[in-house]
Amino acid sequence: MDQQVNTQDVLKVNGLTTYFFTRRGVVKAVDDVSFTVRAGETLAIVGESGCGKSITALSLMRLIPSPPGRTIAGTVMLDGTDLLQLSEPKMRQMRGNKISMIFQEPMTALNPLLTIGRQVAETLILHQNMSRQAAQARAVEMLKFVKIPEAEQRAREYPHQLSGGMRQRAMIAMALACNPRVLICDEPTTALDVTIQAQILELIVELQRNFGTAVILITHDLGVVAETAHRVIVMYAGRKVEEASAEELFHRPLHPYMNGLLGSIPRVGLTKRATASEHVALQEIPGIVPALNDLPIGCAFAPRCPNAGDKCRAAIPPFEEKLPGHFAACWHSDVGAKVPT
Amino acid sequence: MSVTVPLDHNAELRRAGAFAHGFFGQARFLARRYPLGAAGAIILIFFILCGIFAEWVAPMDPLTTNAKYSLAAPSARNWMGADMMGRDEFSRIVHGARISLMVAISATGLGAIFGVSIGLASGYIGGWFDLVFQRVVDVLQSLPLLVMALVITAALGPSLENTIIAIALPLIPSVSRVIRSNTLSLREMPFVEAAQAAGMSEWRIAIRHVLPNTLAPLIVLATAQLGSTILTEASLSFLGLGVPEPHPSWGRMLSESAAEYVRTAPWLVIFPGLAISLIVFGTNLLGDAMRDLLDPRQRS
Amino acid sequence: MGSYLIRRILLMLLTLFGVSVLIFTLLRLVPGNIADILFDAAGMIDPVEKQKIIRELGLDQPLVVQYMQWISGLLRGDLGFSYISEKPTIDEIAPRIPITASLAAMALTLSVITGVPLGVISAVRQNTKLDYALRVFSLSGLSLPSFWLGLLILMGFVHWFGTIPIYDRNNTPLEQLAFMLVPAMAVGYRASALIMRLTRSSMLEVLRQDYIRTARSKGVSDTGVNYDHALRNAVVPVITIIGIEAAFLIGGLIVTETVFNIPGVARFLVEAIRMRDYPIVQNLVMFIAFSVVTINLLVDLAYSLIDPRIRITD
Repeated sequence: MDQQVNTQDVLKVNGLTTYFFTRRGVVKAVDDVSFTVRAGETLAIVGESGCGKSITALSLMRLIPSPPGRTIAGTVMLDGTDLLQLSEPKMRQMRGNKISMIFQEPMTALNPLLTIGRQVAETLILHQNMSRQAAQARAVEMLKFVKIPEAEQRAREYPHQLSGGMRQRAMIAMALACNPRVLICDEPTTALDVTIQAQILELIVELQRNFGTAVILITHDLGVVAETAHRVIVMYAGRKVEEASAEELFHRPLHPYMNGLLGSIPRVGLTKRATASEHVALQEIPGIVPALNDLPIGCAFAPRCPNAGDKCRAAIPPFEEKLPGHFAACWHSDVGAKVPT
Repeated sequence: MSVTVPLDHNAELRRAGAFAHGFFGQARFLARRYPLGAAGAIILIFFILCGIFAEWVAPMDPLTTNAKYSLAAPSARNWMGADMMGRDEFSRIVHGARISLMVAISATGLGAIFGVSIGLASGYIGGWFDLVFQRVVDVLQSLPLLVMALVITAALGPSLENTIIAIALPLIPSVSRVIRSNTLSLREMPFVEAAQAAGMSEWRIAIRHVLPNTLAPLIVLATAQLGSTILTEASLSFLGLGVPEPHPSWGRMLSESAAEYVRTAPWLVIFPGLAISLIVFGTNLLGDAMRDLLDPRQRS
Repeated sequence: MGSYLIRRILLMLLTLFGVSVLIFTLLRLVPGNIADILFDAAGMIDPVEKQKIIRELGLDQPLVVQYMQWISGLLRGDLGFSYISEKPTIDEIAPRIPITASLAAMALTLSVITGVPLGVISAVRQNTKLDYALRVFSLSGLSLPSFWLGLLILMGFVHWFGTIPIYDRNNTPLEQLAFMLVPAMAVGYRASALIMRLTRSSMLEVLRQDYIRTARSKGVSDTGVNYDHALRNAVVPVITIIGIEAAFLIGGLIVTETVFNIPGVARFLVEAIRMRDYPIVQNLVMFIAFSVVTINLLVDLAYSLIDPRIRITD
């Protein structure tokens, strides 16, 4: 937190809406989501699985499987360019170059038949007009950069010869090879061992500091959020329900959903100083996530909310600033804001 | 080409709506979901009915010769023309459906019975039995289906029964391999261990628990094999080593100096070949749908 | 690698031994004595003559001895004599092999260069009209008997050119090659259909993989994703069936050589079976089994070269 955050807005997302048009109806996976990420900043998007956080990330990359998915509204301004308006070839020049993404499963996210070096070099050849040799040499440098030992040797190896942690490092090297403005990390540590998780997070933070990259961290792990994020967005059923700085959110959750998530987690573990071994997964909240193709009329959380009243079941609460810099969408945010002492 | 099916294919079926509503509702549901498969089923049923009721469908006796109509072109009397001996081509094709299906279904069934027994035993007993069996499969698989069938007919001599045996034998390895690999994975399943713990005899477990669970891949494989069985019979008969005269076999109808008929009586070449192609096409359509339905792993 | 190869080759020899026993036994299952059948066919009835020939052919020896004689001859390269032409078997078989081999190679090449790209197109354009058309086309390939396809082609020749192409040993190699193209298409259609179907399903499977999404997230173009990232992975299972494919092809060759009157080994096998020329049948079947087993070994080796995950270790 003591690190300087550049105030320049890199990515401004406004009203992003992605629906899936399936045989069983319209699935509102991402509904009117807006946020801003600044250079050098880490924005965490948290929520249970199926809340739309990964679809948000894929929408930014324009990698929604289509059909059935389609981003039907919103703008994604990257340094003043609306990614959603770009032609496909222009968008391709952005991917891996200005905006990169690393995925949850390092085991399956790398092509098994291509060497690590070649896969890293591919990004450079595509976007930096490098020759194959130059790109290969630069790829080895990138592998050293992400602290892969014996990088020259590793570059010649195939994914199956590397451990999960090493593969995720290679993914990071690949994503950062062109020094992108935005790096999206979709559950980057979920599939890894606890000790490896800490190393990978550290690496992401360190590289971000060096490159000034804006990072969007998608996770369901509140420990990871506490450790790395500056600001946090909480998503529920495809919508944004709360947004605040990480510290503020953990100390004063306004939305009953976030409150529920934090419910039984020992407060002490959720400071910025938390160590990697204290990762805490989201707490179970009674009830189930509503089906995204059959949302209730009012607040989507109402059926599970202890405070829900008639108003909650009648209308969707507006997303508004409840405290300075702390936004939430709840009719009863004062009730939800009770902080256990 | 191993086909495995998860144990809960009933759940798959239920999700697909197969248990939803009576026989006709079910059929309608499946037909809507697999239109090509339904078309295949209709083609196959059509030929099966032709085969069963050949005496009523065919306007003439397929074996009665009539020199007056030798090589007659298609006409109101002989819709598909007549062959060298003046026999009605259409009637012969209708009766040919019976021969073709009889050989194909018996051969597939025979191959399945032996294949299942050997595969089940091999997967269940394991050890030396399995080892020997594996080598036998290697041997059988190193010879192409048609070569194997040719040699067996040569050894047994041409007759309807021997043709069935000749086609059935080369089918055994693929069936038994599928059943074997299924049995091997099923043996590790909790319900088999539970049955063992309950003191059920191995024999009973194999028959009551393991066998029923290998049925789905067996059906998929058998439907897929039916088409190639029909083709093998046609090829054998075409080469003059399959179903002998006087049975009207489609392959045989093409063999008798077929190259000569290409010039003089093309209808004698076109119609039997069309019948073979259509029935195999129908079987393949049905086989694809069966695989989609029963083998979710391969679903696209 | 070395010990793997040795193990594979030993298994291969075991398989071939099995084939030899099987084929030898099958051919001796024939009801009645081979000599009887030969004599009936030739219309000879002189019993003294018959006994003499039976002794000459070694048919009076116990089966085990006959088998040992055959195998030891085979190992020395002595394949015995044809019952019919009385020429050495090797002289009957050897000249026919190149004809069939070139036909097979041509059919296999045709089927690969059509089957793989069409399968890819079908997968990439999944559920479009083009995909449906290609699927019907490939399913037809599996449904048309290749001898009928051959007959239809001949019919086309009669219709348009008024003549049927005839294989002529005296033609130049180029002319022979051009002649072979037509039967190769008749045989290759089925193989092409199989390859197409497998490529399609394998492509669809691969296109769902995470690493394809990774490639897209790097900004790789659709063409790059389909042909560089996906196809590379999708052809691995396609290669494994080329061995099976070759075996299938032999079935097609037998009938196609018959239809087009090509004097290759495949048709020769049928002729020999019809004439009960067992030395020819025995040795030809061994040759076919040997080819299939060898192709399968080569395919396995090629497979391990393409997929780094299955590098063979000792």
